[in-house]
Order: sequence, then structure tokens, then C-alpha cells
Amino acid sequence: MALDRATVERIAALARIDIAGEERDALAGELSAILGWVETLNEVDTEDVAPMTSVGGHKLPWRDDVAGDGGYPDRVLANAPDAVGAFFAVPKVVE
Amino acid sequence: MRDLGLADIRAGLAEGAFSAVELVEDRLAALEAAGELNAVVTPMPDRALEAARAADARRAAREPALPLDGVPVAVKDLFCTEGVRTTASSAMLGGFVPPYESTVTANLIGAGAVLAAKTNLDEFAMGSSTATSHFGPAVNPWKAKDDPRPRAPGGSSGGSAALVAASVVPAALGTDTGGSIRQPAAFCGIVGLKPTYGRCSRWGIVAFASSLDQAGPMTRSVRDAAIMLAAMAGHDPKDSTSAREPVPDFEAALGGGVKGLRIGVPREYRVDGMPEELDALWREGAAWLEEAGAEIVDISLPHTHYALPAYYIVAPAEASSNLARYDGVRYGLRSPAEVVEEQYARTRRAGFGAEVRRRVLIGTYVLSAGYYDAYYTKAQRVRRLIARDFEQAFGKVDAVLTPTAPTAAFPLGEKMDDPIAMYLNDVFTVPASLAGLPAVSLPAGLDGEGLPLGLQLIGRPFDEETVFRTAAALEAAAGFDAEPEFVR
Repeated sequence: MALDRATVERIAALARIDIAGEERDALAGELSAILGWVETLNEVDTEDVAPMTSVGGHKLPWRDDVAGDGGYPDRVLANAPDAVGAFFAVPKVVE
Repeated sequence: MRDLGLADIRAGLAEGAFSAVELVEDRLAALEAAGELNAVVTPMPDRALEAARAADARRAAREPALPLDGVPVAVKDLFCTEGVRTTASSAMLGGFVPPYESTVTANLIGAGAVLAAKTNLDEFAMGSSTATSHFGPAVNPWKAKDDPRPRAPGGSSGGSAALVAASVVPAALGTDTGGSIRQPAAFCGIVGLKPTYGRCSRWGIVAFASSLDQAGPMTRSVRDAAIMLAAMAGHDPKDSTSAREPVPDFEAALGGGVKGLRIGVPREYRVDGMPEELDALWREGAAWLEEAGAEIVDISLPHTHYALPAYYIVAPAEASSNLARYDGVRYGLRSPAEVVEEQYARTRRAGFGAEVRRRVLIGTYVLSAGYYDAYYTKAQRVRRLIARDFEQAFGKVDAVLTPTAPTAAFPLGEKMDDPIAMYLNDVFTVPASLAGLPAVSLPAGLDGEGLPLGLQLIGRPFDEETVFRTAAALEAAAGFDAEPEFVR
């Protein structure tokens, strides 16, 4: 499927990546080529095949609903671009 | 001390031929001298010396030797190392210093290993050349006979492969999502093993595609890979996909020989345009195993052709989800803006390189409303068919023999403007990744240009022992002892 510029803009917005105007056409071409290639999968009859959603039929284990570790906000915040007290700080989101 | 393998180091330290500090000082000097390979993102000399002194102190106190006592190991810069910058070779994580240690590196440290450096990789492990790294491409120590151009070490674990091939360190950690241990191992003439999915904990490894990512050893011999995997592997409650399988003594499996084993040669891997030398080496590999007592069986893996397109839906889909966490809020780069939505978009534009952006966009598209079933669910169905092909084959054979990569190492910078040409590097490694199977690449010969070529052995789930045992027989028959000019 060939992607147009508007679709690239829509995907970029969903992916939260700022794609400059002039890059959109180039990306539309590159992404269309990749999608055209992966569409060879349509040659495969998968009518009665269930999607493979885990490797080797692995069942996710349960564990007790208790905290494993924590209680060290300084370590958690050590890499934060901006922090106030024991919180991550972001630009104001509610007016 | 350049050529010592893990078993040699074990023996040398036990006999007192050298100390762990002498060894690591020697290797740190070699690391510094290998700057032209651009294989290192962050060296760890202080920490390495401290670990070596601890190993010597244990020996002086007559404590029992640990399995990797004093062994210098280079670590792909995708494993979180406590207090040591971990970048994934991305501008996004250029200043990220993890407050914790990944399970696999913690296991190695617990086994006495001396972590010496964090190695260069394709950004977020997305690539087959180590050329998408924010820190510039790593360089393969091998060169063609009559062509001075520097070669790509493969990727994404290209820095790790280059250091082992250049005999700078005896062993390195890699990760493999679609071939990122095996293809660079083949390009650099070393041994690289991707274990069964679930064999090694993924906790603390920067995530790319969670249903495919696995850590594995990169070494110069099959024995060293077996020793290292045993130290890395094991159940970890912090990774919910970590297997509860016991970890066997892989080294003990090496002497088993291949008498009576049935080795499958899948006809679908004989692809158009495969270099004749590679095809010949593959046939020779089968003949070596046959001479050693194995039975060679012609097999079919009918959906092989569809593995790569399925992978290039599944892996970017998982990547787009995993990389959603890089939003400039909790850690990593932030490009400030007054509105938080704009801050996300600017941060992700500034922090991700072109290939990562491309894959996040593809992944976002195939998971978006209206396209999810047509692309993502379809790819998951094809993935099951590929896994089923192997299940059926393993009813008839004990291991599968294929080439590792379709070519030898290409010149640096090639294929960079054609994503699909780059993706085709993984045509032989991706099927085993999708099926979650253990697979090893080992060097089997040189091509006409003097560049190494690798063969791949694929095994049943959690049967690394048969893979190691067969690889040891193949290694002995191939007698690969060539070294890159860089070493001489």
C-alpha cells in the first residue's frame, strides 16, 4: 500500500514524532516501499492459523500482589530531565 | 595474553602464570590501542581494575574459583550497568546512567567476570552494520585482500564482535533480535550464540522487540561460548518470560560428538544470488558433519521466504510500543517546549535517528486502527507457520545447518540508502528468531577476498547442548585459525 503525505503526518502524530514538512515526502516513499515488500505475506494462506502471541506456548506466571522493592525516590529521579521534590516535572498540562 | 580464551584464563590464573590485574591491565591497553575500530562507547577501566583486584584477592584467600574469575568481558551498550552510562548508541540515552544492573551483567559479575567496556551498536539495536549508531560506525578488523576499504562489522552487536575478532577481549555480550549476534559474528569470524527465547533474562536490557530479544555470548571458540552462556543463563522472576528450565553444564556437552545425530539442510535457504563460495562452504560443512558420523537429511522449511517480511512487521510493532517510553519525562533527552505534547514530539525527533524513526513509524502504522489485522495479526499468523515448519523438521532432525548471512562483510557505508537491502542481511537468521530457537554462528572459512564466512546451526527449544555439541564438531573440522590483519 502506497502511503501519501497525509498518512505519514497522521502516523507521525500518533507516534509523537515531529517530522518536518520536507521529510514527509521522502518518508512516504520509504515507508511505502517497506509496506509493499511486507505485503508479500498476503500470498500465504493463513485461514485456519491462530496468531502466534507467545513463544513456545509460554504461560505468564502469577506472583503475589506485593511490592518487590522501592522506596528510593532519589534513585528513581536521578535521570529525570526535570524534577520538583519527589515528582517528575513537565510543562503545565491543565489550564 | 592476547589469544587467551576463557578456559586458558581459568588455567593460567589457577597456575599463577599471571594475575587477574596483569591480565586486565594488558587488555585495557589493547582496548585503548584499538580506538580506530570505534567499537567502544564507554570504557570502564576503574571498575575493571577493581573487579580484577577482587578476583586476585579471592584467589589469595584460597576461595574456590568462580566460573569466569578474572575474565575481561566487553558489554554491548544495551545492557544497563549500575552507575555506568548506558546509551543504546542513541542520542536519546546519551546521558542515561542506570541506577540498577541488568540481570545478565549481574550474573557475569557474580561469576567473577571483569566488565571492561560498553560497546558500540546500531541505535537501539536496529540495524545490521553498526552504522546507525549515534557515535558513528564501528569498524570490522577484517579487510579484503585487494581492497583497502574498511568493512562493516555487521550489527547490531558490531562493537562487541569487532573487539572479540581483534583479540582485544576474549568474550563479549551481545543481544540478538533478528540476527544481531549471529550476523556480526559471521562478518567478524567469531562464534556468536543466540540462546532459546527465555534462556537469559531480558531484565535491564534496553528493549527493542520483547518477543524476540535475547542476550548471548560472543567469543572466539565454541567452548568459550558454552562457558559464558552457563554463567549468563537462568530463571529470573523479574522477567516474566524467563524460563524455569534448569541450566545444564553446556561445556560438558561439547565432547559428545555427532555420531548418530541427524542434521537437516533446508532447501529453501539456497536462495537466488547466493555467492557460489558460500553455497560451497555450506555443502562442505554438511560433508564435515557427515564424516564425523552425522546423517545429513534434506529438509523443507516451506515458509522461510516469508520470515523476513513477517519480522519487519512484528519487530517494528513491538519497537513502536517499547520506545513509547522515551518522552523526555522520566529519563533521557528532553527538548523543551511550552506544551507537553509538543515536548514529546520534539524530544522524539531530536533523540531518535533516521532508522529508529522509520521503524517506530512502520510499527505505529501496522498497529493503528484499520490496519492492525491486515498487517500485525497477519504477521503473527505467518510467524506461527514458520515456528510450525521448525517443529515438523525437528521431528526428523536434531539440528539444522544453514549459512549465517547471505554475504561476507560489505564495505562501510554500503546499503545505507536502501533499508530493504540492509534488512536482507538477516534472511537466514530471522526464522530461528521468530520461532524462539537457539542458534549459533561459527566461522567456517574465508571467501576469495579473504573475508570470513559463517555457518549457522539451529536447535530445538532449550537444546543448546546439541547445538554446542554439533558446533564443536563443525569447529574442529573447519579448523578456522585465520586472523584479521589488524591483530598481526
